[in-house]
Amino acid sequence: MLEWLVHFALKLLETCRNILPIAVVIIGFQLLVIRKPLAHPKKIVVGFVFVLLGIVFFLEGLDMALFPLGNLMATQLTTPEFLGVNPGLQPVVWQNYRWVYSFAASLGFATALAEPTLLAVAIKVDRISGGTIRAWGLRIAVALGVAIGLALGTFCIVTGTGPYFFIIAGYIIVIIQTLFAPKLIIALAYDTGSITTSMVTVPLVTSLGLGLADAVPGRNPLTDGFGLIAFASLFPIISVLAYAQIAHNLSKRSLSSKL
Amino acid sequence: MLKNRFIRQLFSSFLDLAPILAVVLIFQVLVIGKPVPDVARLMIGMLFVVFGLCLFIQGLELSLLPLGEAMAYDFARKGSLFWLLAFAFCLGFSAAIAEPALVAVAEKAATSASAGHVIEQTQAARDRYGLGFRLTIALSVGLAILIGVLRIIRGWPVYYPIFCAYGGVALITPFAPAEIIGIAYDSGGIATSTLTVPLVTALGVGLATAIKGRNPITDGFGLLVFASLAPMIFVMLYGMLYA
Repeated sequence: MLEWLVHFALKLLETCRNILPIAVVIIGFQLLVIRKPLAHPKKIVVGFVFVLLGIVFFLEGLDMALFPLGNLMATQLTTPEFLGVNPGLQPVVWQNYRWVYSFAASLGFATALAEPTLLAVAIKVDRISGGTIRAWGLRIAVALGVAIGLALGTFCIVTGTGPYFFIIAGYIIVIIQTLFAPKLIIALAYDTGSITTSMVTVPLVTSLGLGLADAVPGRNPLTDGFGLIAFASLFPIISVLAYAQIAHNLSKRSLSSKL
Repeated sequence: MLKNRFIRQLFSSFLDLAPILAVVLIFQVLVIGKPVPDVARLMIGMLFVVFGLCLFIQGLELSLLPLGEAMAYDFARKGSLFWLLAFAFCLGFSAAIAEPALVAVAEKAATSASAGHVIEQTQAARDRYGLGFRLTIALSVGLAILIGVLRIIRGWPVYYPIFCAYGGVALITPFAPAEIIGIAYDSGGIATSTLTVPLVTALGVGLATAIKGRNPITDGFGLLVFASLAPMIFVMLYGMLYA
């Protein structure tokens, strides 16, 4: 019990240190530059205490559940018994790992679809675009993008290709799409990738990648384990730009056919 | 009232985790066909995550978010370019430092760097590496937000700086040490997580609303993508310096 309390206190102290800069920035600028008193000081103090305790519990739960969970799934889906191969005999055949790709894709699809920030943004865009870009369409486009991104990312880890080639290819696609995409959607599409990487998905996906690089023979967590998040934030940009392009063209065609 | 809101928040935090649990369960039952090992610890950890997330978001909504949003409007209306840019930099920097996901992943990165003999295998070396990693990311997020705010004020199209950053990533990667590339590519997505996203979006949309002739959608968004590209370049440079 005492040991646990000490551990808790240390985590709390560390979190205090991490949260201090932002508290200083917000309150400092408010008092010194804007020169307005804080509106509800009591509420703000309570809020900061909540944030502190929340982070401590979250990080603790992360170590207990989310990190092990990603690692566990990676290990379970890559054991020789599960793959049905003879360990140590064959070189890595990427087709054998299809359940890994489908797990990563399903995980990406489900978490992106349920992401509350994305929901809020999608509703806003639906309204502003006058219904050309549907909230549901946007969410599914993002979810598909994350799913494809994570599947490709796990493929890269299994084969040891590294993210460079695919990411740069993705960049080129984004650049080409940007030249033709409706202007309204560009900035928003760029941001969707960052919106989907939340506090819950980042640790889970990171540990999935590290666990995978650990489990697949010939791969090394240090050089191959990272990179999944990059895929998950690039590919939604592509899918959202593509969706916007299609929605835009369809609405133009239906307009001209009405005339 | 508070109790009610707390329970509602608890429920919505649980909903954040529900899709993950569902996918894991489906795969565990249908594909792997074995019981989950050590399920009690996982369940307790999940409860901690839900409870922590709930407190964190509730706390943000009471303190940082309303303050940050109000300040973004105030600074946009104040019209002093210097203070606005200073605020943008400090906000990006300190939000990235506080970002819980980054704290957790920096630890992972340090552990795997020390297991791979890139740095010494002591706790002190790991802490130093992790802190350097986080400071690099925070610095680049700060710079990115500063440039992004400048873009909104000047009305530059969003894609010029993005294309430059893409070019930068493509050029630097071949020269970066192999073990930093993956984590550098990830660092952008990690830096723009639960704390940074709402604060930075509030700043962008607030600015674009306050400045005449700017559209909150076309101009207000686009800050986050800078914040997720700049760390890629800077972390690779950090890795090159460290090697």
